[in-house]
Amino acid sequence: MSAMELLLWARGPGLVIAAVIFLFGMTLRLIEVYSLGRKRDLAVPRSPTPGSGWRTIVTRSLPHADTWRRSGLTIVAGFVFHIGLFVVLLFLLPHIELIRSLTGLSWPALPTPLVDLVTVITLIALIVALVHRLMDPVKRFLSGFGDYLAWTVTFLPLLTGYMAYHHLLLDYTLLLALHILSVELLLVVFPFTKLTHTFTLFIARWYNGDIAARKGVAS
Amino acid sequence: MADETMLDILKRRGVSRRGFLKFCAATTSLLALPPSMAAAVAESLGRVRRPAVIWLSFQECTGCTESLTRAHSPSIESLIFDAISLDYHHTLQAASGHAAEEAREHSMKADWGNYLLIVDGSIPLKDGGVYSTIAGISNLAMLQEAAAGAAAIVAIGTCAAYGGLPHAQPNPTGAVAVSDIVKDKPIINVPGCPPVPAVMVGVLAHYLTFGTLPDLDDLGRPRAFYGESIHDRCYRRPFYDQGKFAKTFDDAGARDGWCLFELGCKGPTTHNACATTKWNGGTSWPVQSGHGCIGCSEPDFWDAGGFYKALSTPVNSVSGAATAAVAAGAAAGIAIGLANRQRKARARAGHQTVTIADLEK
Ligand code: SF4
Ligand code: SF4
Repeated sequence: MSAMELLLWARGPGLVIAAVIFLFGMTLRLIEVYSLGRKRDLAVPRSPTPGSGWRTIVTRSLPHADTWRRSGLTIVAGFVFHIGLFVVLLFLLPHIELIRSLTGLSWPALPTPLVDLVTVITLIALIVALVHRLMDPVKRFLSGFGDYLAWTVTFLPLLTGYMAYHHLLLDYTLLLALHILSVELLLVVFPFTKLTHTFTLFIARWYNGDIAARKGVAS
Repeated sequence: MADETMLDILKRRGVSRRGFLKFCAATTSLLALPPSMAAAVAESLGRVRRPAVIWLSFQECTGCTESLTRAHSPSIESLIFDAISLDYHHTLQAASGHAAEEAREHSMKADWGNYLLIVDGSIPLKDGGVYSTIAGISNLAMLQEAAAGAAAIVAIGTCAAYGGLPHAQPNPTGAVAVSDIVKDKPIINVPGCPPVPAVMVGVLAHYLTFGTLPDLDDLGRPRAFYGESIHDRCYRRPFYDQGKFAKTFDDAGARDGWCLFELGCKGPTTHNACATTKWNGGTSWPVQSGHGCIGCSEPDFWDAGGFYKALSTPVNSVSGAATAAVAAGAAAGIAIGLANRQRKARARAGHQTVTIADLEK
């Protein structure tokens, strides 16, 4: 199989397979999780503050002074790689073209060298996060196969994209094929790993804030 | 006539020695050889005696021959081409029918083991190869016979090199490339739809000068011409890097030379010499004239999802499969949700109330 055949497979059947697994898995999991429901709370809410859930979304997303002191590195690396990931994903022109072809929506791209710089920073942040995870005894104890898998499938698309743009080691056509395949791998494992937090994170934060308010500790 | 050297033939056709040296210098640099080699190339190429060349045309459109011979003014390329004496070429030879086939048989016998075989067009294999025959002989049989006595084979054009248009889905004739059939002879692929004339002649000049194959890439293409991508040598590249893209073929950006990626340019994954040698005697080339590269020198370029769709977009539509996947996921999710609810309800129903009286028993 030549690099071009691999690329055409990745842009064709491979993409369809990955999209089907991702959409099937995510729809199933979200409906499954949310249909579990909660038992009706028969008690009178302690503090009737309907905004508490929404406020918690914000407050839980900002680092606490205390947490800052204890895990500054985790917070910085985490924020940098999350923001970097979204900048690269949403503002590189070929990505925007993909989104446009799927949804019809589009917006202006950032200059490629800027996206390139953000990619490097994001890669470094991810490596720092991994090294810290391996060095820190508590983090290492808490990490399982799923965590390392999630890290790998997040790292690979960035790495292969960077290598393709700079023609590192392999031919561009092959690297582009590997880049697309790595994204497809990400899509396939997405519904079955902690990566699902992308869709559940803010709803969980809202729920925690709301239930805490009902119990008298409104944010 | 058969003893004439290349230089004699060219002279007879009005090419000066100076013109010939210029051509050799240009070819030397095209072949990425050091400039000091120009004299050696001129020396050996000039001395070459009319080599026997057989050109077989199978499932093709004659575009490759046109590219080579329909230069605006007879270029030295086309004259060199004349000088290599095509013993057999459908389009160019005077003889036709059985006389032509006899000429082919004759020249094959006379130069068995030494002639250069040029092929353009793909070879249909389906239904016993009935979709393309010459004088009642299938393309497959003719290729196998001619290849057996060839010193080397040049597959000219994307059809001969990779199957090309006839090979595009759904490939009704079962078309394949030369390299799918011939496994025991050196094959040089010179893809392009059509190939750049200077590239075709450069490959021939290299073979005639050194008697060896040039350095080939993993798709059998001479690295000297196909080593770099269109995108890497494109003069619109600075705009790609700045994020400036033409949105339509006639907007202000397109006129200012902005990048054509959004309009479907396949330059980043296409390896060819267009951006450096250009077309029509160096006048211009597709991307310069305002149209994206369609990837004509790569395998399966017809099936790459449309010439006007960006390289980063899906080849086939995903929306149908996506809708089905969401629907199936929703159905499975609801089924699991209902099962969970039922389990809870059963647990509630099966709950036995225990009274103090029960405990005192
Ligand atoms: S026009 Fe095509 S080949 Fe030129 S820079 Fe843009 S994408 Fe690359
Ligand atoms: S620009 Fe691209 S499509 Fe056009 S002739 Fe050159 S390689 Fe072929």
